[in-house]
Amino acid sequence: MTVIVIDGGLSHERDVSLRSGRRVAQALREVGMEVIEADVSGELVQLLRATPDPIVVPMLHGGLGEDGALREVLDLLDVRYVGASGAASRLTFDKSIATSVIRAAGLATPKQIALPHDIFRELGAPALMEGIGEQLGYPLMVKPSRSGSALGVTKVNDATELPSALVAAYAYGPVAVIESYLDGIEIAVTVLDEGDGPVALPPVEILPESGIYDYESRYTAGATRFITPAELPTGVLEQVAELAVAAHRTLGLRHISRMDMIVTEGRPVFFEGNVAPGMTETSLAPLAIEAAGREVGEVFAKLVALVGR
Amino acid sequence: MSEQERHDTRLDRFVDSYSQRTNGMRVSAVRALFAVANRPEIVSLAGGMPNIADLPLHGIAQSIAAMIEHNGAQVMQYGSGQGELGLREQILEVVALEGITAHPDDIVITAGSQQGLDLVTRIFCDPGDVILAESPSYVGAIGTFLSYQTEVVHIPGDDGGIDPVALLETTRRLRAEGKRVKFLYTIPNYNNPSGTTQSMERRREVLSVCESQGVIVVEDNPYGLLSLDADPIPAMRSIDPNVIYLGSFSKTFAPGFRVGWTLAPHGVREKLVLAQESATLCPPVFSQFAISTYLSTQDWQGQIGVFKDMYRQRRDAMLTGLEEHMPEGSTWTHPAGGFFVWATLPEGVDSQAMLPRAVDARVAYVPGPAFYADGDGARNVRLSYCFPTPERIRVGVQRFADVIRNELEVMSTFGIRVSPTRLRRAPGPSPDLT
Repeated sequence: MTVIVIDGGLSHERDVSLRSGRRVAQALREVGMEVIEADVSGELVQLLRATPDPIVVPMLHGGLGEDGALREVLDLLDVRYVGASGAASRLTFDKSIATSVIRAAGLATPKQIALPHDIFRELGAPALMEGIGEQLGYPLMVKPSRSGSALGVTKVNDATELPSALVAAYAYGPVAVIESYLDGIEIAVTVLDEGDGPVALPPVEILPESGIYDYESRYTAGATRFITPAELPTGVLEQVAELAVAAHRTLGLRHISRMDMIVTEGRPVFFEGNVAPGMTETSLAPLAIEAAGREVGEVFAKLVALVGR
Repeated sequence: MSEQERHDTRLDRFVDSYSQRTNGMRVSAVRALFAVANRPEIVSLAGGMPNIADLPLHGIAQSIAAMIEHNGAQVMQYGSGQGELGLREQILEVVALEGITAHPDDIVITAGSQQGLDLVTRIFCDPGDVILAESPSYVGAIGTFLSYQTEVVHIPGDDGGIDPVALLETTRRLRAEGKRVKFLYTIPNYNNPSGTTQSMERRREVLSVCESQGVIVVEDNPYGLLSLDADPIPAMRSIDPNVIYLGSFSKTFAPGFRVGWTLAPHGVREKLVLAQESATLCPPVFSQFAISTYLSTQDWQGQIGVFKDMYRQRRDAMLTGLEEHMPEGSTWTHPAGGFFVWATLPEGVDSQAMLPRAVDARVAYVPGPAFYADGDGARNVRLSYCFPTPERIRVGVQRFADVIRNELEVMSTFGIRVSPTRLRRAPGPSPDLT
């Protein structure tokens, strides 16, 4: 059996993906596994076909890696892989669809609307933006529906900032998500399913020095304080874990995921799911794994073994 | 879960130990996007990497092999902090092409002119001192200046370079505010990023203002010999021996050797040598001998001619493409040499916010704010023609123009012309975008 860690790709998060992939590949080697690292390129399919008994660990962030396309190809080629199926990835990667599914399951989400650029053009942007402001209220969050690492995400404090925020979000894709801003404690929960059902790892509380957990705060070592498990009352910690596991199940995810939420007014609210959680030196999932008394290499080796069974 | 041991971390145990100047160093999303720009699917009009494919590699390999065989013990040993005398003498032949006469003792060899920039800033500037620079200016220089906690003030200019009147007024204003103006940093030939060149008359005016105000002139001239339309204009250092001149082999030979030089008046040169010794003991000896061997065994002036023909084709491909494809409201410079075109986009377009759209369209550029210390330049981009083939440049420019049109369409939907929130940005990506 050979493990192929796929990282890089052509998404906006290529740099993050390369770092995640390298870290996971190295961790797997340290526990004795044979690992090949591969970028998304014209040679990838050939590599997958030429490698005997491959098991893929997709560490692609954004684009083809998280939208399910690559995983569909792996299914087509009968290549086994760690993580969610193509369909579940597609569902989760699109923030607007994921939130709708979570809300339909009775779980808490922010008030949200997802709109393509065209609808503003056809209905008239001023009137539509005014309506959005009235319905959601300010401040609100604007983000691309299909992107990660907080790229293209803007906190909008008043109506004058909304047009620029929308233009910034549409630079990342054709659909923007506009949702009510929740003031609270930002939490990330890694969910692990090693064959006995999904389990929430200790939740990580995120305290960015700048006040905003943007790209800089995510990937500059020292720019954010992380507390694991989060400093929350026991009852709230239980709710957080329950919400994470419920969201993981609802979205049909597999093996590993990360659920991002805000704890506001004493209860957690889901706002984003991740099918390929970042595994860089400053990422959240490794912190949770470590807090659970585990190691990245050992966890991924177990998932690889589970897939290879 | 509540009884579990709590981990409280910022993922960097040294986070409270860094100097103040280091605390400002952060990753940026713009910089991360350039990881994609290196992929072959993308036409990168971003980086300033010299195209050295036409170098006579076989001849260079043979001459360097002979150098090692005959002189290996010396070329792999420590050397002088000032740099090897033989190379310093050869550099005088190089700078003579731009009208400079000097003595080999006036030269300090550096690890690329970037290190010269660092050493000059180190010996002259204290935190809070002011460095004057063109508007826009080289991203790598701005990064160096800010790392020494200086204040960079941009002087307005036009296609002919720095405006001498603005230079005088700004210097006087800063002095009246009690600020210490240390030096003017200028790239008079084929400026990075603007592509503009100062006329001889303008050079004299700038030097005159600086002399009258007691402002040192630091002339950075990496592209001077890559004139594409006419003979190079004599360097500022050829007019005034007090100018501190930074030179480089990175564009006229190859950047991998990391060899540049600083030509400075005696007192300054002594300080530079001491600073060099404290930084590196000596500049890379092997690289110095390799360059020296290249200069003495190869037709280096003929090779510069080969480079110029190649860059001229690329520049012309870019200018033709811009003429054919750019949307109304765009303007751009017409460089007479060097590597770069500086484009101004239609009103209201934010080049940094537009970059992800460009990456999706498989073209990359450097957003304008990278070239300002004050976040200006939102409407500007630097387009580099030095590396892609002319065919790829044409494709890239067409993609770039389409990206702007798409951005304009989205902007028009939201009625954006100029929004105060979109005019200024944090200074952008840093020195790897030379």
